[in-house]
Amino acid sequence: MHTEFLMGNEAIALGALAAGVQVVAGYPGTPSTEVLEGVAKHRADAPGRVYVEWSVNEKAAMEVAAGAAYAGARTLVTCKQVGLNVASDPLMSLEYIGVKGGMVILVADDPGPISSQTEQDTRTFAGFSKVPVLDPSTPNEAYAMIQDAFEISEQYGTPVILRPTTRVDHGYESMEVLDPEEWRVHAADGFVKDPLRWVIFPRLSVAAHACIEERNAGLADELSDSPYNFVATETGECATAKRRVGIATQGISYTYVRDCLDAENRPRLLRVGTPYPFPERQAVEFLRGLDEVLCVEELDPVIEHALIEVCGKHSLDVRIRGKLTGDIAPSGENTPDTVADAISRFLQAHGPAASAEQSDPKGTIPEEASPQLPVRPPVLCAGCPHRASFYAVKRAMRGRKTIFCGDIGCYTLGNAAPLDMVDTCLCMGAGIGIAQGVFHVEPDTTCFAFVGDSTFFASGITGVINAYYNQANLTLVVLDNSTTAMTGHQPHPGTGRTMMGEMVQAVSIEGVLRGIGLTTVETVNPLEHELAVQTVRRVASEPGVKAIIFKSPCVVLARPHARSAVDHTTCVGCLRCVRELGCPALVPADGKVRIDPSLCTGCTLCEQVCPTGAISGGERL
Amino acid sequence: MSANKGTNVILCGVGGQGTILASKLIATAAMERGLAVKTAETIGMAQRGGSVFSHVRLGQASASPLMARGSADLIIAFEPAEAVRQLSFLRRGGCVVVSTRPVVPVSAMTGGPAYDLDAILGHLRARVDNLVEVDADRATEDLGFAKCLNVVLLGAAARAGGLGLSVEDLRTAIHKRLPQKLWELNERALTYA
Repeated sequence: MHTEFLMGNEAIALGALAAGVQVVAGYPGTPSTEVLEGVAKHRADAPGRVYVEWSVNEKAAMEVAAGAAYAGARTLVTCKQVGLNVASDPLMSLEYIGVKGGMVILVADDPGPISSQTEQDTRTFAGFSKVPVLDPSTPNEAYAMIQDAFEISEQYGTPVILRPTTRVDHGYESMEVLDPEEWRVHAADGFVKDPLRWVIFPRLSVAAHACIEERNAGLADELSDSPYNFVATETGECATAKRRVGIATQGISYTYVRDCLDAENRPRLLRVGTPYPFPERQAVEFLRGLDEVLCVEELDPVIEHALIEVCGKHSLDVRIRGKLTGDIAPSGENTPDTVADAISRFLQAHGPAASAEQSDPKGTIPEEASPQLPVRPPVLCAGCPHRASFYAVKRAMRGRKTIFCGDIGCYTLGNAAPLDMVDTCLCMGAGIGIAQGVFHVEPDTTCFAFVGDSTFFASGITGVINAYYNQANLTLVVLDNSTTAMTGHQPHPGTGRTMMGEMVQAVSIEGVLRGIGLTTVETVNPLEHELAVQTVRRVASEPGVKAIIFKSPCVVLARPHARSAVDHTTCVGCLRCVRELGCPALVPADGKVRIDPSLCTGCTLCEQVCPTGAISGGERL
Repeated sequence: MSANKGTNVILCGVGGQGTILASKLIATAAMERGLAVKTAETIGMAQRGGSVFSHVRLGQASASPLMARGSADLIIAFEPAEAVRQLSFLRRGGCVVVSTRPVVPVSAMTGGPAYDLDAILGHLRARVDNLVEVDADRATEDLGFAKCLNVVLLGAAARAGGLGLSVEDLRTAIHKRLPQKLWELNERALTYA
């Protein structure tokens, strides 16, 4: 054992390695990404024992991991909550088939949401798919839970979900972890043919469903004794509450609850670490003798529903409060302050206010007196080639009836002023189908679908085939910056690199499009502005499905080769560059424009837009 | 800051300014002193020029990595508007170390709320008794090193006393966290006043 300061996601990676994981597959997505990266970073400490890949999407990752688990290996899938939607088809069936080697699915939920399209709760998904789920409160606990998840998986022959949320994934803690020599070495005994076990047919499913229900009932009983579900403080008596009260909580909210309680306020506490199957026997023990329980949880009222059910089933006269009674916000992320307020109100009903952790509300600096602050949404980086691509299409299509269907990635940020070039965004790869749908209703609209290179491979190709074969009229714009930029620059099939460190034959986007049958596929550097504009005009005027690939590397990866500079004698201060491009490196100063040399990458787009030619390559690096 | 409650620090700024490395240096220095550390970071979409913050909690007092409003002993702000944005987390009598160089967002130039530096600095000066202002432009120029702001701010925070760690503790952390070729520059930044 040794002590390290670890991010929750890296702790989960080390926990998986300590459990002897052999095959790891995933698709990047905040807040899950660092788990698979952590496995790749540390796999040399388990030499020759670990295969890791960024799969083309989550469905592919789930299938790879399932196959490896059929062959007896310990496997891990990593994704974010919306990634589980993509992988839900194999997962729903896999639960009926089961696994031989331990299989853990790491699904990172994002209350807020901070970096996601939805606030879905994977605990609910676990109940729907009947897959057991573990819900850690801290990075330390996540490290322990993933190791136990492999054990549960193998013991019961089912995949198991580990479901941290952002504050656990991206929280850092000092913690004790095993040395690589202490890691388990797991032997896979290979795939054994058995058509009655591995081939899903209705006959198998009839039997499997009954087995799953029986197994989960037994597992719920066993989990009632798990250290991950515990009752703390026995009395439920509080100085501030005249009735006997309890708090049921989970995840990061448990830590907020803990920080709110003191010697005077000791409601009985239930921490649920395995929300499905729900530890019913322990919940009954928790509820007995209490008058009221407040459920403090994020996202869905999973524990709240379960406790209401338990009360009904066991005829317990306990009032269950939480999201369904308006005591806890039904959506959004909990914070130490919102939880302290909710607990204070709950305990206060018959007494004075409970004190929140360390904070004396009178001691805080009032926020309402603040001066007006600038808003700071995320923006495309200075020099980002997506800015040039959007601006070329914008200029080429000015005055035309158009729709610009966007997609998931950095380029979603093209929606902001002044570009305003994303009219729709739904989910990974959807922009192409949306553009096709609009075309069928409005054939006179010039329809564009923007998709990034990684998203194209993940789930864009199906949409292109659908639109091409079904005779749509749209222009596909592939924004190819040769990386998965938004999540931190992961490789994908177009990059020619794998997570095992191999250099391999890249899959050509142009080749894929031509293989589908598209005859117009033009690859252009978006930073050659006039050429880019002309190409858009020409390609968009053709019938059918056609494509432009705007190819230019992500500026975070490519070293800048120049910095532009403004000649203040010729700059007339029209601010056209600022108003048209919205580049963070262009700063209005003293009625003219200044270029921030710490941000400028020398992309030269502003040089090409300046009407007086006042901006030029000031510095070649 | 007191021994039994531990120390609560907020680092804030604009994505890309180096708040995450700074929080790691504090954590490393504290761990070398035998303190347990918890932090919560902003990672992901907000890193693209958005507002970012880290909560850093030193000592065993709290279960949560996030702190409640009114409980920060120290705010280290890489940008003045971001200091104001996080100010409600400061406890009464707490310390703010702030870089006075503004980072003006694109939104302020394209129709969003304007950036009023005088109002923002005035607000900080009026509200915070223990305010340490750092001139980032001058520090960068004197040190000849553009990416030194995070360590300059850490040094100022250590000297102001709100961090509960010494300049020497931070020097140890720099040696542990950074490659040797960066030690000399960062040590100069650490002691820059």
